[in-house]
Amino acid sequence: MPRIKLAESAIKTIVEVCKKFDNQESELINVLHGVQEQLGYLPAEVQERIAQELNMSVAKVYGVVTFYSYFTMIPKGEFPISICMGTACYVRGAEQVLNEFKRQLKIEVGQPSSDGKFSLSCLRCVGACGLAPVVMVGEKVYGRVSPQQVKQIIAEYVEGCSTHEAKSA
Amino acid sequence: MEMINLKIDNKPVVVKKGTTILEAAKSIGIHIPTLCYMKLDDLNIENKPGGCRICVVEVKGRKNLAPACCTEATDGMEISSHTIRAINARRTVMELILSDHPSDCLVCPKSGKCDLQDLAQDLGIREIHYKGEQSVYREDTSPAIIREINKCILCRRCEMMCNEVQTVGVLSAINRGFYAVVAPAFEMNLDHSVCTYCGQCVAVCPTGALTEVDQTAAVVRALYDPSKTVVVQTAPAVRAALGEEFGMEPGTLVTGKLVAALRRLGFDHVFDTDFAADLTIMEEGAEILNRLKRHLEGDKTVKLPILTSCCPAWVKFFEHQFPDLKEIPSTARSPQQMFGSIAKSYFAEKLNKKREDLVVVSIMPCVAKKYECGRDEFSVNGNPDVDYAITTRELASLIKISNISFSSLPNEEFDQPLGESSGAGVIFGTTGGVIEAAVRTAYEVYTGKELSKVDFHELRGMDGIRRATIDFGGLPLNIGIAHGLGNARTLLEEIRAGKSEYHAIEIMSCPGGCIGGGGQPYHHGNADILKKRQMAIYREDSNKAIRKSHENPYIISLYREYLGEPMSHKAHELLHTKYFDRS
Repeated sequence: MPRIKLAESAIKTIVEVCKKFDNQESELINVLHGVQEQLGYLPAEVQERIAQELNMSVAKVYGVVTFYSYFTMIPKGEFPISICMGTACYVRGAEQVLNEFKRQLKIEVGQPSSDGKFSLSCLRCVGACGLAPVVMVGEKVYGRVSPQQVKQIIAEYVEGCSTHEAKSA
Repeated sequence: MEMINLKIDNKPVVVKKGTTILEAAKSIGIHIPTLCYMKLDDLNIENKPGGCRICVVEVKGRKNLAPACCTEATDGMEISSHTIRAINARRTVMELILSDHPSDCLVCPKSGKCDLQDLAQDLGIREIHYKGEQSVYREDTSPAIIREINKCILCRRCEMMCNEVQTVGVLSAINRGFYAVVAPAFEMNLDHSVCTYCGQCVAVCPTGALTEVDQTAAVVRALYDPSKTVVVQTAPAVRAALGEEFGMEPGTLVTGKLVAALRRLGFDHVFDTDFAADLTIMEEGAEILNRLKRHLEGDKTVKLPILTSCCPAWVKFFEHQFPDLKEIPSTARSPQQMFGSIAKSYFAEKLNKKREDLVVVSIMPCVAKKYECGRDEFSVNGNPDVDYAITTRELASLIKISNISFSSLPNEEFDQPLGESSGAGVIFGTTGGVIEAAVRTAYEVYTGKELSKVDFHELRGMDGIRRATIDFGGLPLNIGIAHGLGNARTLLEEIRAGKSEYHAIEIMSCPGGCIGGGGQPYHHGNADILKKRQMAIYREDSNKAIRKSHENPYIISLYREYLGEPMSHKAHELLHTKYFDRS
């Protein structure tokens, strides 16, 4: 596995988040949320530092990171696309929507696109079942998405006319 | 203590509140099958994740079946341990486990000793009705342990040993659902982790998912190489356990048959690691006294307590986790490595041979010894002091392959000069033994008086951490003993905090010491086996004519002819080592 050296700023972020939760092992999930929110993802080196700060084994940290699909070890794209695969969205065709995103972007779930602009992930229920199937790009929610609309959604971001909030992921 | 009454299979039973159904049943002789569950009584080791659901029983008035291992018995409970519903559930669970398990039992190293195989037989499984996907993971090999994760059934015993007992924290359950597996962080190989190779994961694995690196073929090749003189040493704990592999009662001493078997296998010289244990005591004992003397003279630079250094997993543990304390352990090499070093120098010279012409094989209760003999500092010009370390189990396999009828072998004696040992060398095989051996010698050297009794019962036992004060002619010497790396960690943290009250501490990585090593015949969760091995070790000691290392005549002549004094320049070169910061 290639190793990277963590930037001082990243270390500072990790230390601060851990401290916010009193460096308690039992707060691991909150710490992982906090760190991922700020760094975007949780590569091996970040997990090692978290383990050190919380005085626990890195294997346990990795166990939790791999258990929850929310946590990712792969950097997200500039515009992370999430397709809800909850029951309501699924029965209303989320899978076809997902397949269309995969086809258009030529990436698999969990991967960023080669230009780093997009990444694709699935999530379980965003609490907007009435709008099923739901797609999120960053924080922006698209409802009743059909496979035909996928190209258009992507185009919004390729052409650079993105909303500011979509960037904050 | 509140007591409760319940009935299991119509038999009344009274147990303490808080007892599980499984334990309540056991107390009246009812056996409920288990798989993931494991308990080593007296060692405070229990694995009870309630994961496999093999131990389900029917409880009157309860809708679903209850897992006996982790369901508390309650007052008035009526339990049936083998109704058709419970039996069918167990069989279904077993079939589902087997549906994602390779069916290569005929060639699996665990065959015949596999808890999963035994249980499948006990449950009468003849067909697996569920065909589905099979997990495929890559095999991970290291200098000592092989992980064949396709065979993992997620009982998580290894994880419990690695985290709770040993506090090494290499293994954890990762991923989710069908993809869940027990692995090191980032699914790296063990040799990229802080694994100590203690082998306790191997010792408790119910399947063939974790095994030792098998080196029997390499040993056979050496035995049949006419250009090599093959020398074998055998560790103390081996003689107290090997018989189990041949159907003998746990605790049977097979020293004489072991020697006979090794000779029939074709080893040219059958020696004893116990000899090297005596040598270790000469060096380590001298080091203890040296540090103690300087301490008493007011030398503030002297490091106390001194820690024993015989156990390779323990050495790797502190190199990773307590590198700041690496000046504290004794610099004495382990008996295995002292033996190798002396065999390839002193003994090779006696034979008029070059060290390259000798192959040194050790029979060890341990898988970490495989790693230890491969450490760079234990070789000269690329030639290792010890070429191969095989486990008690591998030796049993070699004996079987070679068509030797072990139980009908005569008792034979070790060869000389590296086969003579004292009782002190023998007790190295159990927790408390190394420090007792050291005390026997250090006391006499320090006080100049003969010990009135050589048995130090205050140093013996199975408690994880023990302490005793031994009167060294007016000087009270505080001794600590820890077995299991979690217990070792407790004592190390005291030292780090400057709160340690000890002068000397013995540490062994495996619960029970080497008798419970990762290379021993499987105990299948029965701690009585370890106790019986321990008793056998003390029995061997008390049967010995010589009980103190410094009275071993061959040790005396080794110093006279070759090494000079303990801690001499030559002794340092051949018998001492240094430690590395691996953090």
